[in-house]
This record gives sequence, C-alpha cells and structure tokens, in this order.
Amino acid sequence: MKKSKLGIYSLAIGAFALAITGCGGKNETSEAPAPAASAAASKTLDPATAGEVTGSVKLDGAAPKMRTIIMAAEPACTKGHTGPVTSEEVVTGDGGALANVVVYVKSGLDGYSFPVPSTPVKIDQQGCQYHPHVAGVQVGQTIEVVNNDQTTHNIHPIPKENREWNESQPPGAAPIDKNFAREEVAIPVKCNVHPWMKAYMAVLSNPYYQVTQKDGKFDLKNLPPGTYTLVAWHELYGPSEQSVTVGPKETKAVTFTFKATAPAGD
Amino acid sequence: MDMDTAPNLNSGLHRYAVFTACSTFLLLIAGALVTSNDAGLSVPTWPLAWGSVTPPMVGGIVYEWSHRVIAASVGFLTIILAGWLCWAEKRSWMRWLGLAALGGVIAQGILGGLTVRMYQPPAVSAAHATLAQLFFSTVVAISFFTSSWWLSNIPEMEDAGSPRVRSLTIWTLAAVFLQLILGAAFRHKGFGIIPHLIGAVIVTILVFMTAGALKRRYSNVQPLRKCARLLHMLIGVQLLLGAGAWWSRVYAARFPQPVAIMVTLTVVHTVTGALLLATTLMTALVTYRMLRPGSVLADSSATSEQAA
Repeated sequence: MKKSKLGIYSLAIGAFALAITGCGGKNETSEAPAPAASAAASKTLDPATAGEVTGSVKLDGAAPKMRTIIMAAEPACTKGHTGPVTSEEVVTGDGGALANVVVYVKSGLDGYSFPVPSTPVKIDQQGCQYHPHVAGVQVGQTIEVVNNDQTTHNIHPIPKENREWNESQPPGAAPIDKNFAREEVAIPVKCNVHPWMKAYMAVLSNPYYQVTQKDGKFDLKNLPPGTYTLVAWHELYGPSEQSVTVGPKETKAVTFTFKATAPAGD
Repeated sequence: MDMDTAPNLNSGLHRYAVFTACSTFLLLIAGALVTSNDAGLSVPTWPLAWGSVTPPMVGGIVYEWSHRVIAASVGFLTIILAGWLCWAEKRSWMRWLGLAALGGVIAQGILGGLTVRMYQPPAVSAAHATLAQLFFSTVVAISFFTSSWWLSNIPEMEDAGSPRVRSLTIWTLAAVFLQLILGAAFRHKGFGIIPHLIGAVIVTILVFMTAGALKRRYSNVQPLRKCARLLHMLIGVQLLLGAGAWWSRVYAARFPQPVAIMVTLTVVHTVTGALLLATTLMTALVTYRMLRPGSVLADSSATSEQAA
C-alpha cells in the first residue's frame, strides 16, 4: 500500500511539473523611455557662432581579409545576393578609408541639453544581414527594426549599461520599436537564428555623431564653440580619442588613423 | 551504502532504465549542440515557441527546439522511471533515487527556462550544464543498480594497499565532477580556461592513480580490470579532445559563424566528459560493491573469476 502511494505521489509531482511549465508568459517588455531633456540646462546653442568638425578615418596597413559567410543552408538568406557574402568587421574604401566607424563628441557639452529626435533609426534585416551594420542613435530615440526577409530573425542586443532584450520577428511581422535609456558605445546586436548576423548600435547622449561610410568621412555640424573630446570607435580596433577646440564659426579638420595590425581587445 | 541483495531482478525495469540513460545521453548531445552553435536564445519564449509547439525550423531554432523536445521526452521517461521504481522496488533507497532523478529533471527544466528568460547568465547556464551531467549519472546509476550483476552474489575482497582504492575512486569522482563545473563555467563565459586546465591535470593524475591501482592490485578481477581499462581509455580520449576543442575555438574565433570542426570537437568533448563522470561513478560503485577495507575474509581465495 505504502509503495503504491509513493508511486502515485511521484506521478503527481511529475504531472504538476508539466502543468506549471505550461504557464509561459510574454518575454521582457521594452525598456522604459529615456528621461525627458532637462529643463534646468543653462546653455543653448547659438547658430550664429556654431562651428564644425570635419575629417576622415583611415586604416593604416592592409585590411584583414574578411571571411565568407556560408548561408547555403537557408535559401531565404541567399536570395538577393549575387555573389559571396563576407563579414563586415572591417570595411574599407579607396585610400584606406575606414567605414563603420562611429565618430562622436564624448565630452565638452556640459550644460547643453538636446531634444530626442522624433525620427526613428531604422534597422533592416535583408539578405540575412543587418542594414546598417553600425548605427548611431540618441538616448531615448526610437529604433525601428524591420524584417524584409522571408525567414524568422531574432534581434538580440547585448548591452552592458542598458537593459538586454531579445525579440523574434517572423516574415511580414510588424516593426519592432525600442529605445535605450543610457549612453553606450557600442551595443553588439546578434541574431541567434543566424549566428553570422551582427550589428552594433552606438547610443549617444548628444546629436554630434556620425557613422562613416566607405569614403571614411565625417562632418559634425552646428557645434557650439568649445573644447571637445572627439572619439572614433571601431568594432575591431576600439576607440581612439583626440581633443579638438572649435572657435566661433570655425571648421576644424581631424583625421583618425587606426593601425591594421593592432586590433583592440586581443 | 546498503548492500541489499534481497530484490529480484526486474529485467524490464532495468532495460527501461538503460533506455532512459541512452535517451539522456542524446539529450546531452542536443544541449551541447545548442551551445556550440550559439543557438541558445533563438527561441526567446519559454516553454513554448511563441505560444506554439511547431516553430519554423530554421537556423538556430532547429537546435534549440529539438533540444526542448528531447528534454520533454526525457522528462516523461523519467516520470515513468520514478513511478516504476516506486511501484516495483523493494529497496527504499532506490525509490528515493528515482524521485531524486525526477527532481533533477524538473530542476533542469526550470534552469533551462531561467537561462532563456534571463538571457543566459553564466551562473544559470553553467548550473544547467552541470545538473545535466549529474542527472545523466543518476540515471546511469539506476541502470546499474537494477542490473543482474549488481543484484547477484558477489564475493568480496579486501581493499589492501595504500591509498585504498575505494578512497581513490571517491577522490577521482569528486575531481571529475569539479572539472565538469569548471568546464561548464568556461563554456558559458563564467571565467577563463586556466581553472579548467589545472583541473585537467589533477583529474588526469587521479584517474591514472585509480586505474593503475586497480590494474596492479586486482589484475585478475575482471570487473575491476574493465573499469581500469575504461578509465584509461576515456581520460586519454578526453585529453586529446580537450586539446582539439581548444585549438578549434581559437581557429574558429575569427569566422563569422560557428564552424563544423569547432562544433564537433566541443560537443564531443562535452559529452565525453559526461561519459567520464558516469564511468568514474560506476568504478566507485563497483569498488564499493566488491571491496571491503581492512577486513579479513573467511574465503580469501574467492577473488578472480567468480567476481565476474
């Protein structure tokens, strides 16, 4: 009798365990919106005195050869690609110009406040790659993720300073709107369904940033006069800083050079 | 341990326990494939896949969802095993062992859910990996305890020599288990490789000491000789696999996606670790079954072939 009671209890425990595992819930909700611009800021931008920092980012040395991405297992990914697809870790243009570098003002803007742009930053998943590969966005600004592929992706940012989230997006699904509440350069983004898919989001607290294209050029306009720390960040080569002083209506030229043989973090 | 020999052999229960152990081994492979293919979060909802049991089987979802399906199957098998043990076993400790296995598989399910919901914190993921190996060993032990060999009359021998073989097997078992924890923590980015490498040295020394003692002192005792041979073979294979897995990770680091050689070597290294744990446990059980420390036996000549 005792043995059979024990047997019944163990089956009941098992059945209960199965029942509670059915109690799934929705995943993490999106991060709380960033705080509104401070009303106590004392400085305002005077367009009559605004200056500019222009420049370029270059790679000194031979760029490493990018590996080919093997997408053969998923026809939905190879569709639209006419040739081999390579990873985008190091993308260069003519004359060693380095693309996908986030150039931004790290410090020198104390006392200024900047409204959060209402236009979202769009991240597109097409051909099983994120476009753009590196995106800049302001704190609190909406990021709109869309899926233009005929396959399911998941978008998984892995921040250190912000809340992590991970959402799936089947074909034809509505855009996913998110934002980040804290500055962070830069947040890696991956897709766990297609492990070669990688992107970076640089979350900045001011609008003075740009991501270089294949020409390696940047142009930060409407900067108040002052002394700034300018940073150029690359996913493989890390950050490089320079100090620049901009006078009233002055344009300063800055060049960042990364050495191809010294990747950051290795 | 209670060396109870009263129960009769239940070959159906034994075969079912072996089947559950084999299914669990498949589950270990499936789980290792998830990690090596970086597919752990390809299904961000748990336990179902976006409210469904039939997600689109593309990319990493193939590994992650297959792992969950196999895990659920092993869960069902374990429920039946625990129930069967409770119904059929005269040995109370075996009934409790069945319930412990059931508790283990439930805890594994919960840890699996937590690792998904919490975005794979290293401690939770490493705990999930470690408990998987413990659960496998538990089911292997249940298979062993229901076997005809365990239930037969086995002549006992003296555990002569220093250190005692029984002590060596316990130390080796503890070291292998700790090494698995270190390996899981490294694999799930808890910390670096150095502790796991140091652990490998310690495990290798202890395995050689144990297997060597078994071979030297009980060369004519077939079960003990078999254990020694298995331990030697597994530690050698595992060391080679470990070196291969490490090389493959370094090689694959700059590829944009997991490469086949890295996936294969890391998965095989992981599951061989589970086999080594199970074999070390079996060796400990066999030595405890067959050897007695420091006692003078009535028939000290009954050592070799009768022990087979």
